[in-house]
Amino acid sequence: MTLDARTPSGPLADKWDRHRFEAKLVNPANRRRHTVIVVGTGLAGASAASSLGELGYKVLAFCIHDSARRAHSIAAQGGINAAKNYQNDGDSIQRLFYDTIKGGDYRAREANVYRLAQLSVNIIDQCVAQGVPFAREYGGQLDNRSFGGAQVSRTFYARGQTGQQLLLGAYQSMMRQVERRTVDLITQREMLDLVVVDGRARGIICRNLVTGELERYVADAVCLATGGYGTAYYLSTNAVNSNVTAAWRAYKRGALFANPCFTQIHPTCIPVSGEHQSKLTLMSESLRNDGRVWVPKTPGDRRRPSDIPEAERDYYLERKYPSFGNLVPRDVASRNAKAVCDEKRGVGESGLAVYLDFRDAIERLGQDVIAARYGNLFDMYRKITDENPYKEPMRMYPAIHYTMGGLWVDYNLMSNVPGLHVLGEANFSDHGANRLGASALMQGLADGYFVIPYTLAHYIASTALPKVTAEHDAFGQAEAAVQDRLTRILTVRGSKTPRELHRELGRLLWDEVGMSRNDAGLKRALARIPQLREEFWQNVSVPGEATNLNKNLEYAGRVADYLEFAELLALDALQRTESCGGHFREESQTPEGEAQRDDANFSYAAAWEFTGVGRTPTLHKEPLTFEYVKPSQRSYK
Amino acid sequence: MRIHLRIWRQDGPDAPGRLEIFTAESVSPDMSFLEMLDVVNEGLIRKGQEPIAFDSDCREGICGACGFMINGRPHGPQPRTTVCQLHMRQFDDGDTVTLEPWRAGAFPVVKDLVVDRGAFDRIIQSGGYTSVNVGGAPDGNAVPIAKEAAEQAFDAAQCIGCGACVAACKNASAALFTSAKISHLAELPQGQVERRSRVVAMVNRMDDEGFGSCSNEGECEAVCPKGISLRNIATMNREFWAAVILKS
Repeated sequence: MTLDARTPSGPLADKWDRHRFEAKLVNPANRRRHTVIVVGTGLAGASAASSLGELGYKVLAFCIHDSARRAHSIAAQGGINAAKNYQNDGDSIQRLFYDTIKGGDYRAREANVYRLAQLSVNIIDQCVAQGVPFAREYGGQLDNRSFGGAQVSRTFYARGQTGQQLLLGAYQSMMRQVERRTVDLITQREMLDLVVVDGRARGIICRNLVTGELERYVADAVCLATGGYGTAYYLSTNAVNSNVTAAWRAYKRGALFANPCFTQIHPTCIPVSGEHQSKLTLMSESLRNDGRVWVPKTPGDRRRPSDIPEAERDYYLERKYPSFGNLVPRDVASRNAKAVCDEKRGVGESGLAVYLDFRDAIERLGQDVIAARYGNLFDMYRKITDENPYKEPMRMYPAIHYTMGGLWVDYNLMSNVPGLHVLGEANFSDHGANRLGASALMQGLADGYFVIPYTLAHYIASTALPKVTAEHDAFGQAEAAVQDRLTRILTVRGSKTPRELHRELGRLLWDEVGMSRNDAGLKRALARIPQLREEFWQNVSVPGEATNLNKNLEYAGRVADYLEFAELLALDALQRTESCGGHFREESQTPEGEAQRDDANFSYAAAWEFTGVGRTPTLHKEPLTFEYVKPSQRSYK
Repeated sequence: MRIHLRIWRQDGPDAPGRLEIFTAESVSPDMSFLEMLDVVNEGLIRKGQEPIAFDSDCREGICGACGFMINGRPHGPQPRTTVCQLHMRQFDDGDTVTLEPWRAGAFPVVKDLVVDRGAFDRIIQSGGYTSVNVGGAPDGNAVPIAKEAAEQAFDAAQCIGCGACVAACKNASAALFTSAKISHLAELPQGQVERRSRVVAMVNRMDDEGFGSCSNEGECEAVCPKGISLRNIATMNREFWAAVILKS
């Protein structure tokens, strides 16, 4: 199989314009004859459903919640990047492009990233028109703040709830189309299979989570916007229902899964407090604008933070990276936190935490200003830890947060299965090996509002799509396979809960495929995962039936998929013996302990093809070529 | 800690319900309320019994999925806190805690503590947006918005759609939810074009969905985890009557 990224020719800055001009169009009167399935209603899904609905396509939008507004994009806190240069501080499309490519450690496609930077400016305009209440200056202009990996202020925000406000904007636009009947919103459904007819994606099988019925939906094209796979690690900042199932089922139907080992570990999360913990809570990167990260200079120093004098504190990010300071990219900040904890300089009861201290900012700006900027985050921290961050520094530790890997897509956001498009975090396209803060919201909305309306039209207009009905054999077979799997899960009636197995898998992945990885550990993981999977199918306990609301059954199905997916994650990490971005191989580091890329051997996207559960998948390589940016060792010093 | 639980169990929308008794053992004060329920459920699953169904997703208090009555109060005893952010340090060893689903005709019980809040979506779809298609928006800074207006709009826009306001209201009114969206958009220049048609459509849809009337008692504001202000309801009423009078 050769992977064709379908990147348009011509100069970088003209590619998207040229591509849009060359793309075929669907006549407005014909659009309503074409059905498009959109799975997921986060930023990417809701924006895609609303913009396709506005254009007149017949859209079927699916979500697992009782309301589309609950998708996990809602929890994004800090902001959204855009190359507006409202601050007159040297920003430009070119610079956002450059920062994103560099931040991704030169493992993303230049043409995709440039397009993302171009579209970023339209996103802000669109969201303002929707009534998103972005932060404003006193003169009424939009306010910006800084995020990691950039030396300009290009992040637009709505207090610490930017994701919520952007998602509500997209959700409301979609609900407007629901009222106009161009979008049919189908809630409380979980996609359990992709249906491929004559080599093209033509529908999905869903389970109605309330009645348990399996349902068949037919379409001319399918868009997956189902998010990332961070919950494979059990503890992550993702919502507890986030899952890899839809993407994984598409993989098992032939879609390639790219770069699964590129996982992002966010440096500032509230540390784990006990075995009962169900998820980790992120504290926005924006806090690093004003908070200073430090640990005691002396290993084993157990004094209270206020008792440690200035001279005995190590502000290690400011010391090691004077030009970016506390705002180094996430992968760098996380690895350094782990390093100081490994030196026994970590703080808190477990010793697995570093301080994020606002003392100096409060002295400089006053508590009011800090409360206005981060009030909701401080309140959340206080509720969870019972400590007051205005008085004591926050304790922070890295946690799994975002996954750069995902289903392989070309420049049109289409996977190798024709008709199957993948948007937002679910695809692998724009962030390379590390995503910069405030870029996920940008990508999700760019994909949904501004890319898919053009590329999907081109697919529909240039493809012969013979009529298919839900009675087609492919639908029957897919539904039978889904039914069989549900029945198998219910008939085990073992003694271990899905959560116990998930927790065990998560711990294994965190230890062996987490912040730093090595050959021996990855091989241990690869040996252990099939045993866990076997244990699941021999000993899982799922009481109840498949014929009504059974959240434990839903969860068990997702855990079963993680137990397959985890193997691919570890395998990808094993084959990539270089370090890059969020993927740190201990065997490949600079003398200073920074990630050492190996461009001669690994300048490619690794796209894996399914060959059967437990069998080694086939690796396809999409070479990455850099015409406009010269890959160099990343430096934030 | 040991916590005694009385929990509403109901197999489906039309099935009769009952309160069942459970005990949560070795509860840590650092657990969230939902993590305590997770532990109870783990015990039930191990015994081959069906776990207690409840909704939750982000567990950071922003998605609005979680919520049920704890001792008669939506989201429990801590002000401005969703149940996923409520921690067991708010309770004492030996406490008895009663959990029931939201009670409102417009929110049918799906199972146990899970209710269907689709009616909220239908209120939003009746007019809770600005009608701007993708593509034609002017520059984000073309229309200045006073900082105070942006802040006030934000205060109203923070609503997470959890339904606590409806559950707390003796009339099961959705006035706080509906008015928050009306205020948010009425505050901004972008919301002006449809200001009058929006309020009429949303208020009518709210009534059609079977929510009760507002009698200004303010339980909704008291239990709202996001602190949405009762003033929004006054704004909604003013906007509504202005729209009706100006139209006639």
